[in-house]
Formats: sequence, structure tokens, C-alpha cells
Amino acid sequence: MSVEMQDIHLIFMMPEILVAVMAMALLLLSAWTHKGGSGVVHWMTAMTIIAVILVIRVGEGSGSTFGGQFVTDAVSRYMKVLICLGMVLPIIMSRDYIRTHDMDGGEYHVVAMFAMLGGMIMASSGGFVILYLGLELMSLSFYVLAAWRRDSGFSGEAGLKYFVLGSVASGLLLYGISMIYGAVGATGFKEVAAFLGTPDGHGSQLAALGVVLVLVGMGFKVAAAPFHMWAPDVYQGAPTPVTAFMSVMPKIAAFAALFRILFDVFAPVHAQWGPMVQLLAILSMGVGAFAGLVQTNLKRLLAYSSIGHVGYILIGLVANTPEGMQGVMVYLTIYLFMTVGVFGIMVAFDRQGLGEEISDYQGAAHKQPLMAFVMAMFMFSMAGIPPLAGFVGKLSIFMAAVKAGMVPLAVAGVLFSAVSAFYYLKVVKVMYFDPPVAESKMFFSGGGLLVVTLSFILICVWGVLPGDLMAWTESSVKAWH
Amino acid sequence: MTVADIIFYLFATLAVLAALGVVGSRNPVHSVLFLVLTFFSTAGLFVLIGAEFLAAVLVMVYMGAVAILFLFVVMMLDVDFARLRRESVRYLPLGLTVGFVMFVELGFMVAHHHWDKAVSGLDTVNNTLAIGQVLYTRYLYPFEVASLILLVALIGAVALTHRERKRVHRQDIAKQLARTKEDAVELRKVASGEGA
Repeated sequence: MSVEMQDIHLIFMMPEILVAVMAMALLLLSAWTHKGGSGVVHWMTAMTIIAVILVIRVGEGSGSTFGGQFVTDAVSRYMKVLICLGMVLPIIMSRDYIRTHDMDGGEYHVVAMFAMLGGMIMASSGGFVILYLGLELMSLSFYVLAAWRRDSGFSGEAGLKYFVLGSVASGLLLYGISMIYGAVGATGFKEVAAFLGTPDGHGSQLAALGVVLVLVGMGFKVAAAPFHMWAPDVYQGAPTPVTAFMSVMPKIAAFAALFRILFDVFAPVHAQWGPMVQLLAILSMGVGAFAGLVQTNLKRLLAYSSIGHVGYILIGLVANTPEGMQGVMVYLTIYLFMTVGVFGIMVAFDRQGLGEEISDYQGAAHKQPLMAFVMAMFMFSMAGIPPLAGFVGKLSIFMAAVKAGMVPLAVAGVLFSAVSAFYYLKVVKVMYFDPPVAESKMFFSGGGLLVVTLSFILICVWGVLPGDLMAWTESSVKAWH
Repeated sequence: MTVADIIFYLFATLAVLAALGVVGSRNPVHSVLFLVLTFFSTAGLFVLIGAEFLAAVLVMVYMGAVAILFLFVVMMLDVDFARLRRESVRYLPLGLTVGFVMFVELGFMVAHHHWDKAVSGLDTVNNTLAIGQVLYTRYLYPFEVASLILLVALIGAVALTHRERKRVHRQDIAKQLARTKEDAVELRKVASGEGA
């Protein structure tokens, strides 16, 4: 056995290196400055992530390094931009929240950056080992972030629940990976794909077991039903900006990894994973649509709503076509801005300890007509009502399913989204037709206003003119392989 | 049956019995001690298949650090294990059913597989050397990411448990050292018979 150093091209991983180095630098900065310095850490985090987005955008072509363990291409770069946006937008809007809830201290931002780094590593993973490590880096950071609010018992409960159930999911994923390793004798995506392509690998039951367990593990991480039990409690208990991270970023990272796993590695055994993902999609849409109906807490409602959205996105994976992949990317982009926008409004409401219950929004239209209008638009968009962007996302997913010959699945999706429209409209009804409650006021910080306005504009523009979004995702998908 | 076989069955039986002891014993401290025994028997199994590095890691990390940490947690936290156990009995039938089904399924799959994908190269060097050869070369990138995970665990543990409490009297050494006789001690002459 000879020792040989691999090809290392660090230029491909500049964004990741930048994030890791800046996170550690900010950790030192926050250790040396006292509380007063955390404002500096906050804005430096935001600026770093924006810089990282620019660095990602500069990259072009595709390449791999560390013996294929790190892979970069147009799709992974697109997903990484989304991951960065899913982190930076909640950070920009949450300065006030962090200060008033005693979550200050630069470590919050450092851990958030490491979560983002984990997501980016997942999106660029070229083997199961590094996929698992990226996932674990991201999950561990989120366990910590969920428990960050010391003044709330719910936050600690959320952190612990997330940790225990997330560990079980990681265990299942790892178990699946070990089965695949047992069958293939390697963990790199290329080797596994090559093995599954042979008749020997096609019929390997051990590899099939590995595929199932990997899917279950990833299903836990994206909160797809029936592995969604943790989501409502964790979303409700975690601090609102953290819920905003959690409901967007891990899903984008997990879907970026699923692209590679399902479309590349497990492509030869599509007959095995196709029906399973289909089942996950239908169950998720069902749970999201029906369990959301009885919620009174807005965060729990959004948790069930996100389970439903994951169901729609999974349809794009089942389609197993370039259109399906593009649909997933479009949907995730729009989902990112809708969710961040709603959470931006919730954070602005929070100064008085309000904003988490739907009843807090009673009659908001009479006192704050502009805010109520924006919130209503986000709700319409989530329900998928044209001419807002949420409709475009659903349309591209359903079209892909129809093109792939999965008409029943698309019909089921339409029906479930009609059911779920009920609870989105309930929020609108509470704001517009219920008598106002006393003393509710919004305090938008500059950052919060910026994020909500940006999300609102994009939701409206993409609803009517989705051309540039479509063009960008299509060019990324074309460059796949 | 060779000597190695006998030792294998000894360690394997011990591992299973000790694992049952972890779940079944009434006293949580006994559970942790049974856990140590499980780790030890498993380390014995690793030695038997020639994986001496894994055996050493299991003894040092799991027995030396993880199990002892568990022991601290069990002793320091006031958890009512009797109540937890009563509640868990309710879910026992369901848990056993699910566990049995999974055991049969996994056993079937694993037993029917031809385990022919051996890692090459282990016939020339021992496995400690083999791990050393690839850890910083082929697996450099995963190794670095793993170190970041440990860093996050470290930050998280400190950030979640350390908090500045107001209204708590802390020792401030700089302040203590800065005190002088002049601002701490006051000497007064009290006429005899008038002091309180």
C-alpha cells in the first residue's frame, strides 16, 4: 500500500474556505470584544455571507478535488447561493430580536455560519463520508441554535427534541451508508454508481437496504412525512430567526445532496427508490394539508406548511427528469423568499411578545394595512394562488410530473394544495375580517424592512415574470453532468 | 472448535448479556457499568479479527471517556429513573414488535449477502499503519470537516451552559488585588467605655 497525496485544487472550494476562516476569525473577535462588539460581529457575518455569494457566482464550469470528494458544478453553485441567502436574510432581519432576547454574543453567528458551511459541504459532496460529515456539521449547529434562548423553556425543549430525533436520523443514515459500503466496498459516489449499474449491484439486497435507510435518514432531515414528527415542536420552540433558518436552509442543502444521490448515484435503481419517494411526497402533502387545518400557532402552522411544501418538492424528484430538477430548484428559490418574508413579519411583531399566535394578527388590516397586505400576499403565494410566485413554483413542479407521465401524482398535488389553501386563507381572514385586538404594533428594524420588502417584490415579480428565474435554473440544469 | 472460536463465543455472549444488563438493570449506575462491559467485550471481538486499532480506540475513547462521562451525568442529574421505566413499559410491546421485525429483516439481508468486498492492501501492513497512511492523505478533507464538527460541539457546549447571571456575587481577582488598605480599612479611636 503506497502513500500518495491526492490532487488538491483549493480554488474550487474558495467559498467554503472563506466561510470557515471567517467563522473562526469572528469567534476570536467575539471572544476578545465584550457585548458591545457583537453588533460588529453581526454585520460582519452578514457581509461575509454576501461576499461568499459573490465568490460563488464567480465560479464557473465544473470540477472536483480531493479525489472526487468535493464536487462543484452549476447546480451545486445555484444551491449554495440559496443556502447562503437562507442564512443571510434571517440574520439581516434579526438584529433586534437577538438583542432583546438575550441571545447576544458573537457565538450565535459563528454557529450559524458553521451550519451554513455544513450545508455547502453537503451540496458539494462527492461521497457518502463527506455527505454525512457535512450533514452532521449542519445538524449539530442547528441543535445548538434551537436551544439558544435561555429565557424560554420551550427553546431548550426544542433543542433537546431536535438533538435526540436528529441523532436517530443520523444513525439510520449512517447505518444505510455502512450497508452500501458493505455491498460496494467503497463510499465514493462514482464507485457506488458504477457498482449499482452492474447486474450484480442491481440485484444486491444489501445495497437496496442501504438505499432505503439513506432515504429515511434524508427524509428525517427534510421533515418529510412520516418522519416529520419533530418539526412542529422544534419550529415552535426555537427562537423565531432560528426557525427561519431551519425551515429553509437544511431543506435546500438536503435537496442539493438528494440531486446527487438520487439522480446520479441511485439512478440505476430508480425502480427501487421511485415508489418510496412517491409515497413520501403523497404523505407529506397530506400531513401538510390536513394537520395544518387545526393549528392556532403561526409557527406550528408554518411547520406543517413546510412539510406540505417538501411534499410538492419531492414530486420533482420522483419525476426524475431535468424538468423535475429545475422545478425543485425554482420551488426552493420561491419557498425561500416566501418563508423568510413571513418570518420577517413575525420577528417585527415580536417586540411585544406577540406574533406567534394567529390570534395576534386579529384585525391587523385596520391598524397596519400595509403590513397586513404584504402578509396576505405571502399567504396567497404559499397557497399557490396566481399571479404570485408560489403558483409558478407549483406549476413548474406539476408540469414536470405531467411530462414524466405521473398525472395522478400531479392531480393529488393540486387537490392537497387546494385543501391547504384553507389555512393560509384563515390567516388572511383573521387579519381582515376579525375585530382588532388592543395594543399590537410592529417594530420593523431597517434590516427587517429590507428583507420583507425584497421578498415581497421578488414574490410579486416572479409571479408575473418568472423568465429570469427559469433561465437561470435551466442553464444550471443543462450543465448537470 | 478452535481456541479462537471459543474466545469469540465467550466475548460475543458477554457482549449480548451485558447489553441486556444495560437496558434491564434497575440502578442506572449499574447500567453504565454494564455498558463498559459491553464496550470491553466488543473490543475483544475487534482484537479477534485483527483490528487492534479499533479495539484500542474503543477502550480508550468509549470506555475511558464516554462511559465515564455517562457515569458523571447519571450521578449528577436527579432523574427519576423508576418513573421513566414505568412509562417505558407501556411502549414495550410495540417496541419489541418493531424491533423484532427489523431484526428479522436485517438479519435476512445480511445473511444472504456474499461478503466478498474486502479492503485491499491490508495483507501487507497492519491496520493501524493503514489508517495512518490514508488519514491525512486520502481522507484529509473529511478529517478537516470532522475537526470543524468538534469545534462546533465545543462552542455549543460552552455557549449553552455558560451564562452571565446578574445578582450573583462573583470573584473578581483584579478587583480584589486592586483593593488597598486605605480604602478598605478604617481606623478609629474610640474612647474607652463608649464603644458599642
